[in-house]
Amino acid sequence: MEKQLYTIAENRLVAADTYRLVLSGKGKVDGEFVHLEIPGFYLRRPLSVCDSEEGRFTLLYKTVGEGTRVLATLPEGSRLSVLTGLGKGFDASACSHSALLVGGGLGAAPLYLLAKELKKQGKKVTVVLGFNKADEIVLANEFKALCDGFALATLDGSVGVKGFVTDAIREMAGQAGHDVEYDYFYTCGPMIMMKVVCQALEGPGEASLEERMGCGAGFCYGCSVQTANGPRRVCKDGPVFKKEEILW
Amino acid sequence: MVKDLSVNLCGKSLRNPVVPASGTFGFGLELADSFDLNVLGGISLKGSTREARYGNPVPRIAEAPGGMLNAVGLQNPGIDVLVNSKVPALRKIYSGCIIANISGFSVEEYRECCAKADACEGIDIIEVNISCPNVHNGGMAFGTHPDAAAEVTKAVREVCSHKPVFIKLSPNVTDIVAIARACEDAGADGLTLVNTFLGMRIDIARRKPILANTTGGYSGAAIFPIALRMVYQVAHACQIPVMGCGGVASARDVLEMMMAGATAVQVGAENLRNPFACPEIIEALPLEMERLGIQDIKEIIKTV
Repeated sequence: MEKQLYTIAENRLVAADTYRLVLSGKGKVDGEFVHLEIPGFYLRRPLSVCDSEEGRFTLLYKTVGEGTRVLATLPEGSRLSVLTGLGKGFDASACSHSALLVGGGLGAAPLYLLAKELKKQGKKVTVVLGFNKADEIVLANEFKALCDGFALATLDGSVGVKGFVTDAIREMAGQAGHDVEYDYFYTCGPMIMMKVVCQALEGPGEASLEERMGCGAGFCYGCSVQTANGPRRVCKDGPVFKKEEILW
Repeated sequence: MVKDLSVNLCGKSLRNPVVPASGTFGFGLELADSFDLNVLGGISLKGSTREARYGNPVPRIAEAPGGMLNAVGLQNPGIDVLVNSKVPALRKIYSGCIIANISGFSVEEYRECCAKADACEGIDIIEVNISCPNVHNGGMAFGTHPDAAAEVTKAVREVCSHKPVFIKLSPNVTDIVAIARACEDAGADGLTLVNTFLGMRIDIARRKPILANTTGGYSGAAIFPIALRMVYQVAHACQIPVMGCGGVASARDVLEMMMAGATAVQVGAENLRNPFACPEIIEALPLEMERLGIQDIKEIIKTV
C-alpha cells in the first residue's frame, strides 16, 4: 500500500451520471482498486481500476452519493490523495484458454483491465455487458476492439438483447449454434446479477464483491463478509472471490 | 533539535506517546508492510473475546460529518489465537509496547481472557474494554455504571499479577468521572478514554439505517473537543495515568491531549482515512515541540 498525490488529467461525463476520471502521477498503479480522498469527506472512496499504464490510470464512477457528486465537480489539475496497491483482483492465470467476462453497469470497469491482461496472455476473451438503458453504456467500443466476442444486453431493449446478461449469453449461444466457449468466467456488477451469473454458468469462475469500506487496507475489519471459508475482508482478501466461496 | 519524546506508562517506557487505538490498526501485522511499526510508541490491538466472533452484519461503516460511524461488533479470532499467534508474530517485528485489548460479555469472560493475556509474554499492558457500543449484553453495559465497572476492574485485577491493567471508558455516560473513580478505587493501574460515541445515520433514499446494526460508534475529528474535556476531567480527578483517545489527528492534537492530562495518546479513526497517520504525527512532533518551546514531552502532561 502506498499513499500518493495524483493530478486529475480528465474528469468528464461519459454516460448517464457516469464519469471517467484519469489521474496522473508517478509510476504504474497496481492493485484492484484505489482509495480516493474527496475534499470535505472523512472516509475515502474505493474505486476499481479500469485501466492503468505508466504514469496514469483510469477510473469510472457514478454520482450516487454526496461524495461522488463532489468528486464530479473537481476540475482538471486538482490534486487528490490516493491509496494504491489495494485488494486482491481477478486471477487471469486461472483461465487456461478462453475466458467469459460478464459485467453489469460499472462492473464493466475492472473487467476491462482484466480483459487486457487476458489478451496479453494470449487467451480468447468473450465479453457480455448488461446495462439498464442505452445512455448508461460504457466501454462498449473499447471491449469490442479488444475482445474476440462481445454482446450487450439492456433491460429496456434500447440496445442489444432485451433483458439480462444471461439472456445475452443465451442468444450468443443460439446464434453460434453452440454454448459460449470458456473454461473460466469472471463477473462484476450488482450482487443480484453476479449471483444469477454464478448460478447459471457452469464451471469455475470468480466474482468481485462490493462493500462499504473503512480503511480499504484490511486492518479495520469494517467490510468483512461471511464466506464458505469464514469471515473475509472484501478490501484485502477480496474484492474478488471464487464463486464457491461466496455465500449469496 | 533533539527532543525527548519518551513517556512512562506504569513503568513501561514508550519511545513516544503515540499509540494506534484498538480496532483501528488490526493486530499490527496488517500494516507491517506499509511502514516500520517500530516508530510507534505502542500498539493497542484489536479487541479480543473468549470465543472467535464474526461481529455484526455489513454495512458496518458510515460516513459522518468530521468523522465516521462503525459497528464492527468485535470481530476477532478469540483470545487463544491472540496470545498464541497474533502477539508472538507481532513481537518478532515490533519492540515497542504491545497493548492487548480485552472485551467480554460477563465478568467471568473478562477474567478468563485477562488471565490469558497476563500470562502472554509479548503483551506489556492489558486494556479492558468496558465501552464497546456495538455489542449487546456486554461491552458498554459494564462501562456505564460505576458498580459494574468496579466489579469488572476488581475481577481482572485479581488475575493480572504481571501486567498493568488499563480500563477503557465509554463517553456515553452522564458522569465519566464517577466511572473513572470507581475503576481507580477497584485497582485499575490506568484509564483509556474515550471509546466511541453512540450514533446513527439514515439512508434517506432507502428510508433505512445505513448500518445493519442500526447504531454505531461515532469517532473522528468531530469528537476531539469532547474527548479532550473528558480526559481533562478524569486526569484531574484521578491519580492513575490516562491514555487520551478521541479524534486525535495531528501532532498538535497529541500535545493538546497531553496538556489536558494524557500520558500517552491514542490515534483511532484517523488511521482509517490515513493509514500513515501515526508515523506522520510522530514525525511532526519534534517540529511542533520546537515551535512551542517544549524540550521534553513529559513536561507538558497535565499542565493545564
